[in-house]
Amino acid sequence: MSARQFKVVGTRPNRPDGADKVTGRARFGADWNMPGQLTGRVLRSPHAHAVIESIDVSRAAALPGVKAVVTAADFGEQENRIVPAGEMQVNLRDVTRNVMAREKALYHGHAVAAVAATSDAIARDALKLIDVRYRVLPHVIDVDDAMKPDAPILHDHIRTEGVEPRPTVASNVAKRIDFAKGDVGKGFAAAEVTIERRFRTAPVHQGYIEPHACLASAAEDGQVQLWTTTQGHFQVRGFCSRLLGIETSQIRVMAAEIGGGFGGKTVVYLEPLAIRLSQKAGKPVKMVMTREEVFRASGPTSGSVMRVKLGATRDGRIVAADATFAFQAGAFPGSPVGPASMCSFACYDLDNIKVEGFDVVSNRPKVAAYRAPGAPISAWAVESTIDELAQELGIDPIDLRLRNAAREGTKTHYGPVFNRIGLVECLEAAKASAHYRSPLKPGAARGVAAGFWFNVGADSSAAAHVGEDGTVTVISGNPDIGGSRAALAMMAAEELGIPYDKVRPIIADTASIGFNFVTGGSRVTFANGLAIINSVREVIGECKRRAAKLWEVEPDAVVWENGEVKPASTNVGTFEPLSLAKLAASAGKTGGPINGHSQINAQGAGPGFGVHVVDVEVDKETGIVTILRYTSVQDVGTAIHPSYVEGQMQGGAAQGIGWALNEEYIYDRNGKLDNAGFLDYRMPVASDLPMIETIMVEVPNPTHPYGVRGVGEVPIVPPMAAIGSAIARATGVRMRDLPMSPPRLSAALDAASPRLAAE
Amino acid sequence: MAAANGAGRILAGGTDLLVQMRAGVVAPGAIVDVKRIAEMTTIVEELGGFRIGAAVSAAVIGEHERLAQAWPGVVEAVNLIGSKQVQGRASAGGNLCNASPAADSGPALVAAGAMLTIQGPKGRRDLPVEKLHAGPGRTTLEPGELIVSIVLPPRPARSGDAYLRLIPRTEMDIAVVGCGVSLAFEGDVCTSARVGLGAVAPTVLLVGDAASALIGSRLEPDAIARAAAACRAACRPIDDKRGTIAYRTKIAGVLLARATAIAAQRARSH
Repeated sequence: MSARQFKVVGTRPNRPDGADKVTGRARFGADWNMPGQLTGRVLRSPHAHAVIESIDVSRAAALPGVKAVVTAADFGEQENRIVPAGEMQVNLRDVTRNVMAREKALYHGHAVAAVAATSDAIARDALKLIDVRYRVLPHVIDVDDAMKPDAPILHDHIRTEGVEPRPTVASNVAKRIDFAKGDVGKGFAAAEVTIERRFRTAPVHQGYIEPHACLASAAEDGQVQLWTTTQGHFQVRGFCSRLLGIETSQIRVMAAEIGGGFGGKTVVYLEPLAIRLSQKAGKPVKMVMTREEVFRASGPTSGSVMRVKLGATRDGRIVAADATFAFQAGAFPGSPVGPASMCSFACYDLDNIKVEGFDVVSNRPKVAAYRAPGAPISAWAVESTIDELAQELGIDPIDLRLRNAAREGTKTHYGPVFNRIGLVECLEAAKASAHYRSPLKPGAARGVAAGFWFNVGADSSAAAHVGEDGTVTVISGNPDIGGSRAALAMMAAEELGIPYDKVRPIIADTASIGFNFVTGGSRVTFANGLAIINSVREVIGECKRRAAKLWEVEPDAVVWENGEVKPASTNVGTFEPLSLAKLAASAGKTGGPINGHSQINAQGAGPGFGVHVVDVEVDKETGIVTILRYTSVQDVGTAIHPSYVEGQMQGGAAQGIGWALNEEYIYDRNGKLDNAGFLDYRMPVASDLPMIETIMVEVPNPTHPYGVRGVGEVPIVPPMAAIGSAIARATGVRMRDLPMSPPRLSAALDAASPRLAAE
Repeated sequence: MAAANGAGRILAGGTDLLVQMRAGVVAPGAIVDVKRIAEMTTIVEELGGFRIGAAVSAAVIGEHERLAQAWPGVVEAVNLIGSKQVQGRASAGGNLCNASPAADSGPALVAAGAMLTIQGPKGRRDLPVEKLHAGPGRTTLEPGELIVSIVLPPRPARSGDAYLRLIPRTEMDIAVVGCGVSLAFEGDVCTSARVGLGAVAPTVLLVGDAASALIGSRLEPDAIARAAAACRAACRPIDDKRGTIAYRTKIAGVLLARATAIAAQRARSH
């Protein structure tokens, strides 16, 4: 595409939702209330794995103030059918069992029953009166234990898919997948250096600050209204429709402002329960999870066990790459091992690649999407091994990556051929950065890693309405989790040629705009942006037709420039340009209101690449790692609102730092989660982080009119390997298991240096 | 408190009590607010030392210049309780009565040789702070007793104290190990020492062997190593979500050395 001069795109105006958020006017999930509402509470399994022999709710139902009780018996059986949910696939048969346990409780915290009562205290008391008889079964938590032949089996119906011949006995391995390109055998035979390493990661939670919350109101005529904190109110509508047997047109879902999602709010937990309770009670029902419930029962991302083998020539050409990834899915199949396997070597243009992945169930909460699902996990293994290869070969880690980097025309091991991508530009920008060229302070060391995420497009609907004064409302249907409202309004203003403050973006409910896929896959600014641009182009086309009508000329004899219709040339005649305001004022006379609409399945999302550079210092006595300096470099296509793009690059790095250094789920011997709170589930606090520096590389996506690429997910992919490599270079000890927490790093340092430890 | 028949709880800052009530861990029959009792909410200098009301907030303690000059280690420990916001409410007395072995105030007050003034139905008594804790969440206070004030002794010239804790993050965390050290010198020779260790046993420990290793020394590396070894030997920790036995034991020695160095530095400039 030609380099376009923008007027609005690339500036940094205040976000449209900013004033409401800083003054407390914004209403998040738990801020919605209705007269007469009840409080809903969930009874959760105290066991990691148990048969539910019986549930007696009679004493709870009889408690004064209790208006409804539901169990699995209130939800119909679902067919064994896979439907998309955000960036993940889910099986409806499993979804209904995850929101309410049926035959078995499959993890500590699994919902077993729910009540609605006139007060929270009564609801909590009612939970104590529900009598559940469990038969406790042996449980399994970790992925390698779950894969053993004698492991306790979670689901008797699971036969490992992707294995020939199809197994005849039940397994916790739900699926085996593989990808291949070239011939790794031949590749390794040609290698002068081969290294093979094993890695582990701990499951980590998205850690959104706002717990799941919703308010459901089911009316006597069957209509349902639902306010909820979600990344996709259309998906909530879809799930509730299927799980509850209500037609979509009878459910109207309003997306609240959202206090973070990171993928974790693309599925349903409370919503079907709140609606069913409301139907049974005849009153609105509000449900809000505690933080403990968020940890015990909502989706983290997978923990994993991985193996990576690389072969290279002495001059740094990687000639073969082979990996195995086994991912925990939680209690039901559906880990992100697929995207992890695809992203694993996507940064590299290699001739010979083989990847095998396993999707494994265990007695943990079902995983949900988390920012570039799976990619940070496989990148931890692959990028750490690449760094070791660089050390082995004595090649600068950026140079080694440049030597093997994917470019336009690279055919990936999972199929597609890249069009214009910006990895090489990112590597070059990182190498040229002030950070990378700065000297290290004594004892410190520097790590580098690259990362990839596909980015997606998908179903999008949008509209642009011109008000009677010529200002514009743009309407979309995706909750704004990363500044998308600002970006959409800016693109509309740019396209119309009017100031940003003449455009107001809103997020419509499920009854007020056409279908939209979830806010996920870094898709909204790209895909909704396309739909918004198309809607605005319809408005422009309509304006031209109206002006042509007024001027009594052919529509193609007028042009749209800087927010006005003008004659295309002096040949057309001499007319005063008509602004949007003038056209709007006379709209009634020229054909009625001026609006535009668009509904698309957006294709051509531009792949995203990033390179992170980090300096660390390690306290060798305590194992405490200090992040001294951090730079996030990323191909962002075109930064519509650079501040919000930088915010994504910083936020992803911050989450990755937590994943690298401290975050993990800790289970006790009985399979109970022991750290279900922010005190002992250690996400970084502000004082743990330096200012995250950003370098935006802009390689426009050729398939978007403004060159937009998704930017939200790539920045969580490189941090763990960048930090691990910096630690390895600082201490001489390569950590291969996450998190690299002080006790673990200290133990590894002591093991590597027994003399010091003995002192 | 007497009328509550054992179900009463004292409310000072409430930063533990209210959290425990919300979590459903405790359901007190009566709550007695002590924040209006003058002697519990003031800091007075007496007999060359300090009497700190048990309900004085951490923020007020942190702003008391002479206290911070005399007992910097105690003040820095109290100022690690919770967050900045929490410190406006949280008190040293409450921190002690919550009886967590990981409480930050404990090791520093033990090292300082603090005495507690306790009021109960049978009158007043004094108790060395290291005798307060009976186990995690349990104190030796009799029913109806409460801590009125915490007394810190006078400081001789060339004395200093320090508190260090290890947390995986840089703030908003609970000590994996906490270590308080208080030293006094004549010339270069350490003439008195007290060492308090937290989060390595069911109660905060006064580690006499570590103090013995320091007393009479010039804090030579060998003396520090013996004191660190004494700290490691005193540890009776558990493996839990916050740290392993091996890690806690190792860190007890590391923090002893580091806290001793800071206390000695302060003593020399005192």
